[in-house]
Amino acid sequence: MASLDPMDNRWRPWRLLAPALTAVFLLLVVPISFIIVYSFWLRTATGADIAGFHLDNWEEVLTDPFYRDIMVFTIWIAFATTVVCAVAGYIPAYFIATTQFKHKAFLLLLLMLPFWISYIIRTMSWINILGSSGIVNVALQWLGITDEPIQMLYNQWTVIVGLVHFLLPFMILNIYVSLYAIDRNLVDAARSLGCTGWQSFREVTLPLSVPGLAAGSLLCFVLAAGTYITPVVLGGPTDAMFANLVFDAIITQLNWPLGSALSLVLLILLGVLVAIYNRFAGLGQIAKSFG
Amino acid sequence: MFTSWSLIRFGTILIYLFMFAPVAVVVLLSFNANQFGSFPMEGLSLRWFVALLENKAIVRAFQTSLLLGALTAVISTTLGVLGSLAMVRYDFPGKSLIATALIAPILVPEVVLAVALLLFLGAMGMPKSFPLLLAGHVIFTLPFVVLVVQARLVAVKREYEEAAMSLGAGPIETFFQITLPLILPAVLAGGLFAFTISFDDITGTLFWKPGGVETVPTQIFAMLRNSISPEINALGTVMIVITVALPLLSAGVARQLTRKQK
Repeated sequence: MASLDPMDNRWRPWRLLAPALTAVFLLLVVPISFIIVYSFWLRTATGADIAGFHLDNWEEVLTDPFYRDIMVFTIWIAFATTVVCAVAGYIPAYFIATTQFKHKAFLLLLLMLPFWISYIIRTMSWINILGSSGIVNVALQWLGITDEPIQMLYNQWTVIVGLVHFLLPFMILNIYVSLYAIDRNLVDAARSLGCTGWQSFREVTLPLSVPGLAAGSLLCFVLAAGTYITPVVLGGPTDAMFANLVFDAIITQLNWPLGSALSLVLLILLGVLVAIYNRFAGLGQIAKSFG
Repeated sequence: MFTSWSLIRFGTILIYLFMFAPVAVVVLLSFNANQFGSFPMEGLSLRWFVALLENKAIVRAFQTSLLLGALTAVISTTLGVLGSLAMVRYDFPGKSLIATALIAPILVPEVVLAVALLLFLGAMGMPKSFPLLLAGHVIFTLPFVVLVVQARLVAVKREYEEAAMSLGAGPIETFFQITLPLILPAVLAGGLFAFTISFDDITGTLFWKPGGVETVPTQIFAMLRNSISPEINALGTVMIVITVALPLLSAGVARQLTRKQK
């Protein structure tokens, strides 16, 4: 880029970046380094911390079957949510990207709406639908199919429903971005060479949309695996996920070193996923959906 | 082909229904006259909105949320716009690393960010408090501001700034006279995004808020423990109006601003 003021130009970007980078450093980098150190401390029964290098917290977190089961459950919920989002999200993304429908912009705008509607409201809205006096139960009783309300809420399936509802727009948007970028001529070429509609989709469109599918899946998985609210609002007593453990250790038990170790386990697990993704696709793909 | 296309269209309609029906039901039920606030509806009424206004805890939560959101938006947008200018306008060594650093707060799960900030600032002598809440919201919204502002900034031509500078304007004068008016829509969009995210945030807020202080989402969360009440639906409706009407309104304003510039 042409420099207008050679004396000044070299430092100006750093001066512009200084406040934001300071914030990231002081409020993210240092705090995370801090909990890494803290996770090796010990919390005694009296509530005092013993500084040092103790592996007790890590040993407890990594070997106790209680924590392991919840980790497995968290991965299962996040995985199921991601798969449902990918399948259910592909359909509208494909429709919006290929339709000649004149209110296409409106469909896209609608897709942005959920980002503006509070997560807690979207989560609790399912109580109105599936709760004991929700729409479904009222309708079933009115139709005479059941006499008493059926208990549909507060299990792992409603946790997945809530998460899919929360994360679907992320997936649709990411798939849409990569479908939209596909050169229509490629599909036409495939068709003119004798592909059926399904074949040209499977051989051309689907592979070219993999970047969007991957970006959307990463976002869905990471956000689902770190969720705290959904299992509390829509899950049953046995449906705690990993973030609930962290909250419990930090806020309820006040065992901060243990809570540090627990949150680092979550960070490492999801960090490895992000790193693998970054290695193959680059994080820039995710930024595209903000364009 | 016709049949598979109609299947896709049907699927799209179903998925849009899935996304919006539950929210529509919240709005519908908030006008319910039935005293349990459930189906079947027994007529329309504004009684639950009146009840909200009379509920001191909810009014206080609203004040907290609005103040927190506004301060977060101002700080986060200032940091984000300056940073985005550097990223879009300049080339410098280490740029891709900086780009990652700027969006790092959304790559870290919110719970982990919440724990790290709470424990670190706690150890530095800052207890759970409004400033802690503000610091958390700023760092959490910053990446979104940066992403939105960068995307808009790319479309703003550099020639105007260069013209101003070649006519003798200094960098600061150029920024306020030329760049800022040009990127105003991006600044507003970023600020609004930060406000909305802050206003809606719950996970981090639950970790950072001091006892007795509630924001609207944490207030709803606390009320949900008792079971869903029509009051919660009414509160949800008010929040939807705020977080949806505001961006739509400002999108209109931004469009007016850009039109004037042309």
